[in-house]
Amino acid sequence: MKDPTISASRLDLDESQKTFLDANELILNMGPQHPATHGVLRVILRLDGEKVMGLECVIGYLHRGVEKIAENRTYAMFNPYVDRMDYVSAVSNGLGYCEAVEKLLNVEAPARARYIRTILTELNRLASHQLWLGTHALDIGAMTPLFYTFRDREEILKIFEKYCGARLTTHAFRIGGCLYETYDGFDKDVRKFLKFVAPKIDEYEELLTTNRIWVERTKNVGTISAKDCMAYGVTGPVLRASGVKWDLRKAQPYAAYSEFDFEIPTGQNGDTYDRYLVRMAEMRQSLRIIQQAVDGIPEGPIMAKISKVLKPPVGEIYHSIEAPKGELGYFIVSDGSTQPYRVRVRPPSFVNLQALELMCKGQLVADVIAVIGTLDIVLGEVDR
Amino acid sequence: MPWDSPLVAKLKRQFGSGLEALTYLGQNCLQVDRSLIPNILQLLRDEEQFDYCVDITAVHYPNRERQFDMVWILYSFLKNERVRVRTQIADGASIPSAVPLWPAANWLEREVFDMFGIQFEGHPDMKRILLPDGWKGHPLRKEYGIIQQDQEWVQINLGIESGQ
Repeated sequence: MKDPTISASRLDLDESQKTFLDANELILNMGPQHPATHGVLRVILRLDGEKVMGLECVIGYLHRGVEKIAENRTYAMFNPYVDRMDYVSAVSNGLGYCEAVEKLLNVEAPARARYIRTILTELNRLASHQLWLGTHALDIGAMTPLFYTFRDREEILKIFEKYCGARLTTHAFRIGGCLYETYDGFDKDVRKFLKFVAPKIDEYEELLTTNRIWVERTKNVGTISAKDCMAYGVTGPVLRASGVKWDLRKAQPYAAYSEFDFEIPTGQNGDTYDRYLVRMAEMRQSLRIIQQAVDGIPEGPIMAKISKVLKPPVGEIYHSIEAPKGELGYFIVSDGSTQPYRVRVRPPSFVNLQALELMCKGQLVADVIAVIGTLDIVLGEVDR
Repeated sequence: MPWDSPLVAKLKRQFGSGLEALTYLGQNCLQVDRSLIPNILQLLRDEEQFDYCVDITAVHYPNRERQFDMVWILYSFLKNERVRVRTQIADGASIPSAVPLWPAANWLEREVFDMFGIQFEGHPDMKRILLPDGWKGHPLRKEYGIIQQDQEWVQINLGIESGQ
């Protein structure tokens, strides 16, 4: 029931005061310490009841200034820092950086190194997608997938640990190739893992794909059209779920991707459910790529002939790769010295997060959680 | 190395001498006069299908008269082609915002402002993005030291003597 005194007094208020007392509009602060924001992301929501009228992201809590650090380190010294940006797919970060510097030096990694890189990067894509699936499902209220995905992700981390001694911030590659030769039984481990994980992906799908709660929570939630994706610079699985068949591994192949046969899964509706399906299909494609790479890995050197002191000629380069989250680019300017003059990182999470407002407008508060999850952001990369 | 293509020929016809096309390591770059920027970006998007603004960034050259290089990296889905547009601007000069062309430019331009202090005209929300609003200085300028920080901000807001 409306209280007549309130509505009467409201008439006397001027416009600026009205918003504070008007029960219809509410400003809600979410984060920066909120489990569903996957890090330290603060979202200021403007609500009308449960409906999101608008929102603003406040970021920068994890800003460490890697671009500034890069200017004060040599090319090789900066390599481990890039792992700390997107820490759930450190291998991809390293690959992008190493390849960018290699391009600048005009050298190419030997074939064997490129195959090792491809295997590890795809394993990392799988690990990243598994982590995404587990946490995304947990946000929405399905707790079981988290245990399934983390159990299986562990096997990937074990391979990383055996290969280079680190599980997360791997620093697996060096400029010019790889530092480490594969350990004895590497291909056996990878093959065993492929056999182990293929039925596990079916298991995840069994838990969710036809699960009624999951479908209701994700279908038609956070829809974004292909046109909006392009305008907002959104890349990766989010773009593909909107129906754009675009993947840098195919469009501008790097590492050894041009030698493998794989498909680019796409969706149609561009909603949270389609993004889920696209990522699930991507996991299977990753397995295909890894299988082909393990079967076809050539013998040979793993390091190109490069000098101990790296001095790329004066010039600039932009190189980008398809990281698990989208286009990860490095723009490096060299002044001919041992240190880069400028390194700019084009992070997929940062650019994708920009579309959050567009995707959440008109949806419910609970859907904001689903959309943040489906964008698959890592705040370490958003803030750098 | 000079870059030659039908696109470059078209741009040269239309804009004349304020434009230089270069290619290095297989990547194409347009060095453009500051005054031509709005028209060139508009043309690249509308007529040449560069519909995806990959990145906007800047590079600081403190010893130059026009201290900043502004860089736009554009991509065309249709042609599978990337192009870099580059222009030189002086310290304190502003540059038209690309947000009306590509909404993606919004945060990218805010980051350039945050890190370099370059203002974008017509940007809907020109404020810092990664650093706190009250911070003094723009860290990616070359004169900004690697361990330098806004001591005053740290002392007032964090209640500690120094962040180092």
